[in-house]
Amino acid sequence: MTTGLQVRGLQKRFGGIVVADDINVDLPSGARVALIGPNGAGKTTFSSLITGKLTPSAGEITLDGRDIRPMGEAERVRAGIAKTFQITTLFRDLTVRDNLRLAAQERDGRARAWFRRADSWADVEDEIAAQLAAFRLAPLGDKRVSDLAYGQQRLVEMAMTLMLKPRVLILDEPAAGVPSSDSHLITDAIERLPDDLAVLIIEHDMKLVFRVARSIIVLVNGRILTQGAPEDIAADQRVRDLYLGAHHG
Amino acid sequence: MTRLARIPFAAEALLVLVVIAAFFAFPYNLAFVTRILIMVLFVLSIDLVLGFAGIATLGQAAMYGTGAYAAGLFAVHVTAAPLPGLVVGMVAGAILAVVSGLVLMRTKGLTLIMLTIAVAQICHEIANKARDVTGGADGLRGIRMEPVLGLFEFDFIGRTAYWYVAVVVFVVFLALRRLAAAPLGLSLRGIHESPERMTAIGAPVYRRQVLAYTLGGGIAGIAGALAAQVTQLVSLEVYSFTLSAEALIMLILGGTGRLWGAIVGTVLFMTVHHVAASADPFNWLFLIGFLVLGVVFFLPGGMIRLPAALMRLGRRS
Repeated sequence: MTTGLQVRGLQKRFGGIVVADDINVDLPSGARVALIGPNGAGKTTFSSLITGKLTPSAGEITLDGRDIRPMGEAERVRAGIAKTFQITTLFRDLTVRDNLRLAAQERDGRARAWFRRADSWADVEDEIAAQLAAFRLAPLGDKRVSDLAYGQQRLVEMAMTLMLKPRVLILDEPAAGVPSSDSHLITDAIERLPDDLAVLIIEHDMKLVFRVARSIIVLVNGRILTQGAPEDIAADQRVRDLYLGAHHG
Repeated sequence: MTRLARIPFAAEALLVLVVIAAFFAFPYNLAFVTRILIMVLFVLSIDLVLGFAGIATLGQAAMYGTGAYAAGLFAVHVTAAPLPGLVVGMVAGAILAVVSGLVLMRTKGLTLIMLTIAVAQICHEIANKARDVTGGADGLRGIRMEPVLGLFEFDFIGRTAYWYVAVVVFVVFLALRRLAAAPLGLSLRGIHESPERMTAIGAPVYRRQVLAYTLGGGIAGIAGALAAQVTQLVSLEVYSFTLSAEALIMLILGGTGRLWGAIVGTVLFMTVHHVAASADPFNWLFLIGFLVLGVVFFLPGGMIRLPAALMRLGRRS
């Protein structure tokens, strides 16, 4: 059986317009793959096809050999595919700890319990404390998310997503909107992600991409232009002409 | 409220004291205080649906009315024992909520609000047309309740009714407090804040909204059943749009998503209504209007936030 996420011949059409065409991607356990491309290349569409927000017009998506196309968004999350959003989407009026707790209770199937206090599962509370410590968020645990700086909110989103214990993690522009003074927080966090986790990073920040990715896919007009190791991509003249330009000299 | 919340069960104890004090303070107005308590329960049901789960509704009267008719008909045709009637009212409210909720929770925003109103209006028309069963515009009569637990007769002054309603409201309030602190309560708050994020952590948002709507419907059904048993009459007014809208105003006045807001808002609204309507039966709504405007502009969290706001003001000055 093939482990990890496999995408074969993925296509998405809106009427006569093809926004994703013949996309083949492998995300085995431990992968660190970056998806890059100019605006409108179809990166977010591809992410939405994987998470189930969009239904593919053709092609296959399998997780550990299992066809996940019939699954809805929430079901795919429970199967092991989690994502962070391009614009941070959190429960802003809840505390950081409650945000992580919500993810844990969904993961464990405890969310319908109505008689026991949500903070009364000692194992989950320990796990939350460990996760907060790993992301250096421990002092902020009882603060409301809306009171945090944007960079910190990005970290909370990543910590919350990891509470789901996913096997595939899609990071949609994790550094977007984060001040350059805080961007190292995001890079450090990505570098500390569990080794067995398959990570797909959709990102414009080439410094971050070339630091964390072991493989890069270049998407243009909904099709894969090329994919390979970062040094090969950096040396590819088509990529330099099309996308990287002055970003990577 | 914040300091009170740090002492275990202090807030609940205070509530019990207020209920006992009200019994002795208004011995000749027990019917009115009982009506407030029933309304508190109804507004609590809206708080669960709207304040916690974020489901916009202006048709909660549909479940209240159905609970009232179910309990009334049960008392007339099956048994007049109050507690089984209460269960029947709750189940009837919950069934209507789950059946309508399966459709309503597929919608949101204005469409959802309009559909909730439509459900209540359909129920109103059914009750109106089924005159042989419901009494139509004349109302359902002939409800004669047996003693509570076979021991406490409903009396003319309304003492038994008061304690009966107070105990039921208190039990439901405690259960809701428990639910609010439990994973389900947290999950509903999550759905209220960001359904998109809840889906992204694997939550079945639609199913959980239906669950919240059903629980809210069950509680509204209990409130309706209590009203039927205590007044021994069910009229078409139980389905009125005004009932749903006024209950929503009570919740906004008190503060949404905090349970205590439902109590404070209901007591405030009904007291102002009682006093102001006696002084000026035609213009009393002006006062409510000013109160709502004041809350919306100066206390968006509701009257429940007044002590904290005053303290902040005091510190600043």
